[in-house]
Amino acid sequence: MTVKFSFSNEQEEFRSNLRRLLADRSPTKEVRRLMETDQGYERDEWKAINNALGLTAIRIPEDCGGYGLSFGDQGIVLEEMGRALLCAPYFATAVLAAGAIINAGTEAEKEALLPCIAAGETTATLAWVEDNARWDAEGTALTATAESSGVMLNGHKTYVVDGHTADLIVVLAHAPQGLSLFTVDGTAAGLTRRALKSMDPTRKFARLEFDRVNARPLGVVGEAAAPFARTMIEATVCLANEMVGGAERLREDALAYAMMRMQFGRPIASFQSMKHKQADMLLEVELAKSAAYYAAASLDDGDDDVAASAHLAKALASDAYTQTAIHAVQIHGGIGFTWDNDTHLWFKRAKSSEVLLGDAQYHRELMLQNWAA
Amino acid sequence: MTEINEETVRAEARAWLEENWSTDYGLVEWRRKLAESGWGVPHWPSRWYGGDLPVGLVPVVEEEFKRIGAVGVAKVGIRTLAAATILAHGTDLQKEKFLLRILTGEDIWCQLFSEPGSGSDVAGAVTRAEFRGNQWVVNGQKVWTTSAHKAHWGLLLARTDWDQPKHRGLSYFVIDMKQPGITVQSLRQMNGYASFNQVFFTDAKVEPEMLVSEVGNGWAVTTTTLMHERRGADALRSWAIASDKPGRIYDEERDEVRTTMEPYKWYPQRVGRIDLLLERARATGKIDDPVIRQEIAKVLAMSKAAEWTARRARTAQEQGRPQGPEGSLGKLASSLVARAAARVHTSLLGPDALLTGEDGPMNGLLAEILVSVPACSIAGGTDEIQRNIISERVLNMPRERTGDTDKPFKDVPRNIVA
Repeated sequence: MTVKFSFSNEQEEFRSNLRRLLADRSPTKEVRRLMETDQGYERDEWKAINNALGLTAIRIPEDCGGYGLSFGDQGIVLEEMGRALLCAPYFATAVLAAGAIINAGTEAEKEALLPCIAAGETTATLAWVEDNARWDAEGTALTATAESSGVMLNGHKTYVVDGHTADLIVVLAHAPQGLSLFTVDGTAAGLTRRALKSMDPTRKFARLEFDRVNARPLGVVGEAAAPFARTMIEATVCLANEMVGGAERLREDALAYAMMRMQFGRPIASFQSMKHKQADMLLEVELAKSAAYYAAASLDDGDDDVAASAHLAKALASDAYTQTAIHAVQIHGGIGFTWDNDTHLWFKRAKSSEVLLGDAQYHRELMLQNWAA
Repeated sequence: MTEINEETVRAEARAWLEENWSTDYGLVEWRRKLAESGWGVPHWPSRWYGGDLPVGLVPVVEEEFKRIGAVGVAKVGIRTLAAATILAHGTDLQKEKFLLRILTGEDIWCQLFSEPGSGSDVAGAVTRAEFRGNQWVVNGQKVWTTSAHKAHWGLLLARTDWDQPKHRGLSYFVIDMKQPGITVQSLRQMNGYASFNQVFFTDAKVEPEMLVSEVGNGWAVTTTTLMHERRGADALRSWAIASDKPGRIYDEERDEVRTTMEPYKWYPQRVGRIDLLLERARATGKIDDPVIRQEIAKVLAMSKAAEWTARRARTAQEQGRPQGPEGSLGKLASSLVARAAARVHTSLLGPDALLTGEDGPMNGLLAEILVSVPACSIAGGTDEIQRNIISERVLNMPRERTGDTDKPFKDVPRNIVA
C-alpha cells in the first residue's frame, strides 16, 4: 500500500542515477540542438542513454527481454525525462507502442516485437487520432480490409507522436470484425509520413497517410477496444508523471532566478508577492505529484478505480504544469520572454502536454463519469 | 528485560486490558487506573503516568483499546496542549498538580494567546503580568478563547518586560480561571455561533509557582504549545467520536464529548462539506450541467490530491525519512478546497442561497457552509502566514523584514486597543 505514498531506497537511488545521467547527456544546450533537427532526436545518442540504464526495458516482461518492473518505476523514468526535457522517442516507444503490444498482443507477437524495443534497437509509436481529433477510439475511421495479399489499411492518422521516425507503428483501425490494432513498418509501401511543425519543438508529431498499406494484426482482430482503452489509461498516467517532472524543474529554476535577481537593491525573492507566488506554485506542483504517483501505483495495484485516478492525475498535471510555466515566465520578467532563456522550452512542453491525450477539462469530465456521477 | 517491539507491546497491552477493562467503571475512576498503569499515555515518561514507549508504537496500543472497546484518557480540547507543554517545560510541582487531572478529564483548560491587537503576530502580546508583593498581577485582554467560560485553568502568554525586544519580554503562566479578576464574554461570529470568548483580566492573580519555565522564556514555551496544536489539528475529528455502546462509562464519555465538542459543531461546515457536493448536484438536477460538473471535479480532485499529499508526508515520517515540502502544505490546501467548495455550493443552491435556518435547504446547513468557510483561511494561521512559512522555511526565501525585533518592545508601534 505504501508504494502509493513513497518510493523505496532502490527507486530513489535509480532516480538520482538517472537524473545525473540526463543532466550530463541532455543539458539544455543539447535539447536546443536536437529540437532544431527534423527527427527531433539522434538515434545513436538516444541508444547510448537508453542502454546505460535499460530504460525502454523497464516495463517489458522478462520473457520478452525486459525487466518486468512496475509503473511506479516507469513513472520515475518519465518524471526525470520531463524534468530534463529529454529529446527522445521514449514516450512513443516504451509507453504508447509497447503498452499497446503488451495489452493487445498474443504471446508470439509480444516475443517477436518487444525484445527489440527493450534492447533499444527499435523505436515505435501508436497511431490512433485522426482529423476529428478525438483522443478515444470513437473517432477511428481508418479501415482494415482483408485482401488476398493480406490486411490492407486505408485512411489517415495524425498527431502521431514521433510518427515520422518510428521504425514500427501500431495502428488503430476499423476491421469488419470491429476495432482492431495492427502493426506496420515505418517504411511500408503505401505509407506516407509527414513531420508536422510542432509548437513544442521538443515533441514531434507526424501525419500518416495509408494507401493500401500491408499490415499485421496485433492481437485478435475486432477485439482491440479493451486493450486500447487500457493503453490510454496507462499513457495518461505516464504522461502525468512526465509533466510533474517538468513542472518541478520550472518551479525550481524560477525560484533560483528570483533568489539571484536584484532589483531595488534586494533580491526579488524577498518581495512578498514573489514568496506567495512560489508557495502557491509549490502547493500546486506537490498536489499534482501526489496524484501522478498515486495513479502509477494504482495501475500496479490493479485498483478498480484506476481510470478515475488516471484522469485526476492528468487533469491536475495539466493545470499545474501550465500554471507553473506561466508563473515561471512572469518571474523571469523580460528575459523570460526571450528565445535565449530556457524557460520557453518547458513552457511549450507544458502546453503540448496539456493538450496531448486530452486537456484538463476532458479528464475532469471522465473522472466524474468514472465516479459514477 | 523483554525486547520492546510491536508484538510484545501488543501482547502486553492486550493482556492488561483484558484483565482490567470493564464498562462498569466511572469515567474518572477508570482513567485514574489508566494513569497509574501507564497504558493511558504509553509514550509519556514512566515517572509521569506513561510507559516510556516510542511514539511509533502508540498506534499499536490504540488498536488494542479499540479492539476491546476500552475508553482512553481525556484527549479533547486544549488540555492535551496543556499536558504536552507542562511535560516539556513545567516544574515537578506543576506536573503533580495538573497532569493527572488532565488525563482524567476533571479539569477543563483554555489557551490565552491571541489578543485583539496581535493575531498573526502572537508574540506582540501586550497583556501584562507584573510581580507585585509575592505574586503576579495580570491586566489585559485575550480573544478567540475556546471554552474560557468553563475552564478551570488557562495557558497564559503575558508581557513581563517592556524593555526587552518583543520575543524576549514574554513569560508563560498557568492561571486560575475561577477568580474575580477574570471576566469572560462570548464573542458572536459571522455565522451566528459563539464558540469563542473574550477574556478580560483586571488585577487577576497568578501564584509565583505557576510560572512555566523562566521569566522571559515565554515565547519558547508558546512555540511548544503551538507546535502541538498544529500537529493535533488533524486528529480533532477522530477524538470526537464516542462509542455508541451501552454502559455507564460510555454514557459518561458521550456526555464529555458532547460538552467538549459543542463549540466545534460548525467545524465540518467551515471546510466546505465536499462530501455533499455530488449528492446536492443530483438532488438539484444540476449534475448534468457541464459547468457545474467541471467545478465539482476541480474541488474533488484538489481534495483527493491534498489527502494523498498528507499521506506522503505521514509515510515519510513513519519510515523515518526526512519529510519533504509536502508536510507544510495541508493547511493552505484545505482553505483553497473550502473556498472552492463554497462557490460550488452557492451555484448548486441558486436562489436558495438567499435563505438560512429552517427556510434554507437541509435546515440551514448549506447556508452555514457559506458563512463559515471564511474562518478556514484565518484560524490557526492565515493563508498569508502559511505562505510566508512555506516560502521561508521550505523554500528558504528571504524572511520578511520586521520593525520590532531589535528594539525595546515599549518603543514598537502597535495597535491602540481600548
